[in-house]
Amino acid sequence: MPANLWPSSTDLLRFGPEILLTLIGTLFMVLEPLLDGKRIFRTLSILTLLGAAGVTLAAHDAPGLSFSNMVIVDGFATFFRLLVLGVAILTVFLSGDYLEKEGHETGEFYALVLFSVVGQCIMACANELIMVFVGIEISSIASYILTGYLRDDKRNNEAAIKYFLLGSFATAFLLYGVAWIYGLTGSTNLTDIRTVLSSPNFTNSASLVGMSAALMFVGFAFKVSAAPFQSWAPDVYQGAPSPVSAFMSAGPKAAAFAVFIRVFLTAYGPISDTWTPLVAMAALATMTIGNFAALRQTNIKRLLAYSSIAHAGYVLVAIAAHSTVGTQAVMFYLASYVFMNVGAFAVVTYFARKGEQYVSIDDLSGLAVRQPAMAAMLTIFMLSLIGVPLTAGFFGKFYIFKAALDANLVWLTILGLLNSAVAAYYYLRILVVMYMREPGEATNNMDEAPFALRVTVWASALATLVLGVMPGLLLDVAGRWVLAIAR
Amino acid sequence: MAESQQLWLIPALPLLGFLINSTVGRKMSKQFVSFIAIASVVASFLWVAKTLNALGALEQPHVEHYFTWIASGTFSVGFDFSIDRLTSIMLLVVTGIGSLIHIYATGYMAHEGGYYRFFAYLNLFMFFMLILVLAANFLLLFVGWEGVGLCSYLLIGFYFLEKFAGDAGKKAFIVNRVGDFGFSLAMFLVFINFGSLDFGTVFGKAATLQPEHSAGMITAICLLLLVGAAGKSAQIPLYVWLPDAMAGPTPVSALIHAATMVTAGVYMVCRSSSLFNNAPIAMETVAIVGTATAFFAATMGLAQNDIKKVFAYSTVSQLGYMFLGAGVGAYSAGIFHVVTHAFFKALLFLGAGSVIMACHHEQDMRWYGGLRKKIPVTFGTLCCAWVAIAGIPPFSGYHSKDAILLAAYEHARPLFWIGALTAAMTAFYVSRAMFLTFFGEYRGPNPHADHGHGGHDDHAHGDDHAAHGHADHAHKDHGHGHGHQEIKESPAVMTIPLVILALLSLGGGFFNIPDWLEPVLGSSHAEHDPTAVAVLYATFILGIGLAYVMYVLSPGLPDKLASTFKGLHTLIYNKYFVDEVYDVTIIHPITEGSRYFLWKGVDAGLIDGAVNGAGSVSRWIGGGLRQLQGGNIRSYATWVVAGAVFVVVAMSVWGGVR
Repeated sequence: MPANLWPSSTDLLRFGPEILLTLIGTLFMVLEPLLDGKRIFRTLSILTLLGAAGVTLAAHDAPGLSFSNMVIVDGFATFFRLLVLGVAILTVFLSGDYLEKEGHETGEFYALVLFSVVGQCIMACANELIMVFVGIEISSIASYILTGYLRDDKRNNEAAIKYFLLGSFATAFLLYGVAWIYGLTGSTNLTDIRTVLSSPNFTNSASLVGMSAALMFVGFAFKVSAAPFQSWAPDVYQGAPSPVSAFMSAGPKAAAFAVFIRVFLTAYGPISDTWTPLVAMAALATMTIGNFAALRQTNIKRLLAYSSIAHAGYVLVAIAAHSTVGTQAVMFYLASYVFMNVGAFAVVTYFARKGEQYVSIDDLSGLAVRQPAMAAMLTIFMLSLIGVPLTAGFFGKFYIFKAALDANLVWLTILGLLNSAVAAYYYLRILVVMYMREPGEATNNMDEAPFALRVTVWASALATLVLGVMPGLLLDVAGRWVLAIAR
Repeated sequence: MAESQQLWLIPALPLLGFLINSTVGRKMSKQFVSFIAIASVVASFLWVAKTLNALGALEQPHVEHYFTWIASGTFSVGFDFSIDRLTSIMLLVVTGIGSLIHIYATGYMAHEGGYYRFFAYLNLFMFFMLILVLAANFLLLFVGWEGVGLCSYLLIGFYFLEKFAGDAGKKAFIVNRVGDFGFSLAMFLVFINFGSLDFGTVFGKAATLQPEHSAGMITAICLLLLVGAAGKSAQIPLYVWLPDAMAGPTPVSALIHAATMVTAGVYMVCRSSSLFNNAPIAMETVAIVGTATAFFAATMGLAQNDIKKVFAYSTVSQLGYMFLGAGVGAYSAGIFHVVTHAFFKALLFLGAGSVIMACHHEQDMRWYGGLRKKIPVTFGTLCCAWVAIAGIPPFSGYHSKDAILLAAYEHARPLFWIGALTAAMTAFYVSRAMFLTFFGEYRGPNPHADHGHGGHDDHAHGDDHAAHGHADHAHKDHGHGHGHQEIKESPAVMTIPLVILALLSLGGGFFNIPDWLEPVLGSSHAEHDPTAVAVLYATFILGIGLAYVMYVLSPGLPDKLASTFKGLHTLIYNKYFVDEVYDVTIIHPITEGSRYFLWKGVDAGLIDGAVNGAGSVSRWIGGGLRQLQGGNIRSYATWVVAGAVFVVVAMSVWGGVR
């Protein structure tokens, strides 16, 4: 046990982003009643998130373990910390005008976003199952509240309750798995668990270890909305305020994948033979359910929810490959997915207008005539979600299926590619409606998009295209920061 | 490695110009648009000058690696730029001539619609051309290659309301696809063979290659590269798009379809010289294709009446010379000709543009005549281009063309003789154009008489529609009809670039480009064989003299000759009916086959059926899945439990089995 209770300055630096975000988030709650104008919180949040990104980079220069090996700062952690911070920045840009229009802009909202990001950053750098649990809970509880943020809105309330009940239920499985593995190995530290599991003296039943992995898998699969634990996602994404849906489909999901990978590759690495087939099957089920269910959707938020399930399936394909290249592909994919998905939700936010009146796909009729720029941006996001070349989505899918092929998962690759073909149908349908129908009641009389929202949309589109033309930019980084796999 | 020279700035500046003009240009004044367009290219030129000055003698290629562009397994391509002596020449030509033509275009396009669009495309072209030249690997070169093709397409079809312009654009694009397909195949083979697309690696390996090893493979690569080059540089059999490309505005013809883009094929062949040196058969093919193109294009140029068409066929013919040079191993002579040709052909086109403007968008030389006093600056500068292209010593064309032909004399005697004959024809058709335009009496419409185009009886031929349609279009745009036309000299913004190009055309032969390129491309010094030199002197004297006799001394002679050799004249006038042959043998079968077999048979029957079937099945599954999603929390929780039970059981069993 540490003789010195006061953490060293390196410890503080390595945990700096979380500390900073927590302090400022708390400060927001204190300032809330004191300030009349709420717009100041937008600026403050952006500055805080940028500051946290700066601290993340500074911490990256001092990699290593801290706080009794509970926190690890490595390239992988830095990558996901930056990613979730980026998502949060885009979300803040997206939310301001939405909240103002709904008459509900408060410091509380931004504080919740910051708290959620704290949880996600902890998930990215957790090296310890208790930390994992704490991170997931911080992130989730903030997300539950954000989902029900507009408390006079029935849809928000329903979504929040569903999310909360099912989320807690699933987390219980996770915690049960943690208890089992602690009982089996005597540790909750990921590296220690790995050492014990791979030691020849380990005599406990392999079935029991598999069971603990299975229970933890349930918890993570719920968080990333993998089948058969995906059922909450469509209802919640549809019911939540659009900017929150954008946020949830990107940030918490990326962080959940990060922690999923770290736990399974580090702690359960020695028994990878048992869990890779399971992940592969879950990948197939997730892709298939997401894509086929999306075919019949008429509500665009719901469609994007199913699409996000399908994309979780693609990511699982790369995890099933269980290789360095696979992890690198996951990192690339999640980064590009974040941009196209937040971008698409941003356009939906703009289009839905007050009270989210217009969220049916048919409402988009003739958008290309009335708002050609917005329609073009949504086109970029849709093409990227399909995986058309020159967009980030193409290389994302390419690297994922390449990794799967390298791992001899030929059947999964073929079924995955067929799945992408099915997906093209529902994305292209949106383009058809936008470009080939006459403008209708919903597309006439649209106001110009507010500036901040346009920032989100343009930045996401730009990132989508840049990564589609020059994937090496990001892949280089992912390659350097990838989580090393010791076999 | 030397310090970074920020090479990326060279293409980035025109890209910036493109971004500004394409986004806000529509709302800005013409002054603003021209300023952005010109400034971005001139800045790029200055940066090239500064870079080359800093790099000095360039004994070694200067390579800058920016980032890994695409990586997958063993395949890795960097976003790398490099400068060696060859690149330095191309950079100077592209940015230098590019700047002049941008300046000229502000005058030429002053009254056209879509001003900002024109300059945005032009800047975009510069960006891609510079990528092409700076690229340090095949794939990046291909990006530039495709990009300039795209810009070429956009600019040929600039007057897109006219059907001929759109058609010409499509033709250029489609014909180039054939070439690009060959180029892509060549790239695949290069990667399979050398495991890399990087120029340094590939050529390094190629230089040490034993001829016996994989000679067939190298030949295949080189022949496929030649297919690509033939598409871009308008060589037989893919030259047909270039004459039609004249539907674009004249500055475009000068910049893209004479001075820079069409020489990309020559550049690429010279860049790959260490591959070609290992493939003698491919070299011979290059030389033969080049010679044949030079010869046939020159004959077609003899009988054209549209001034831009004459120069277009001339361009095809001159590009043939460059390939001949490369094919006989005189790569540096080929590049030398690229440079001098860029000077005098840009000048010819810009001068032609000035004439066309002065004559209110009339392009038919039969309606010119006696213009030398009316537009003296244009006349004077065009004379400089005339003496340069005709090959009169000591002007630029003489040096480069003779370097090529003397090399041919040493290596392939028959090709030399065809080349010399072509040189005589070159001197003839350019002199013919000059005499028809500037000498004799003005044959155009009487300025005070009511004038209609109905008077041009022989415009009936399909090919002249391009020129004619363009003229009509311009009339609509400009709103000044023939009623009060007056022939006057172009503004200074157009004549100053002409004068600069004229000086370069005259003196450009004294740049010692072959020596500068020797370390990169090898020597191309050929003996000055007295016979060969005498023949070359004879060619231009013969060509100019004949034209003088036919078009100045006895102007009735050409018509008499045409009726005497009616068959031959028809054949040449109609360009050997190549377009018609392509139409019957390739285009017609494809369209008909597509309509009856692919569309009605395969597409409507097979594919639609399968897709509709798959679609209904998919939607049916989707509908089923939707039933599971009732919105009830308890049923969701049941699913979670069921899933968890399945997962736990599966994992315990798997774990236990192990």
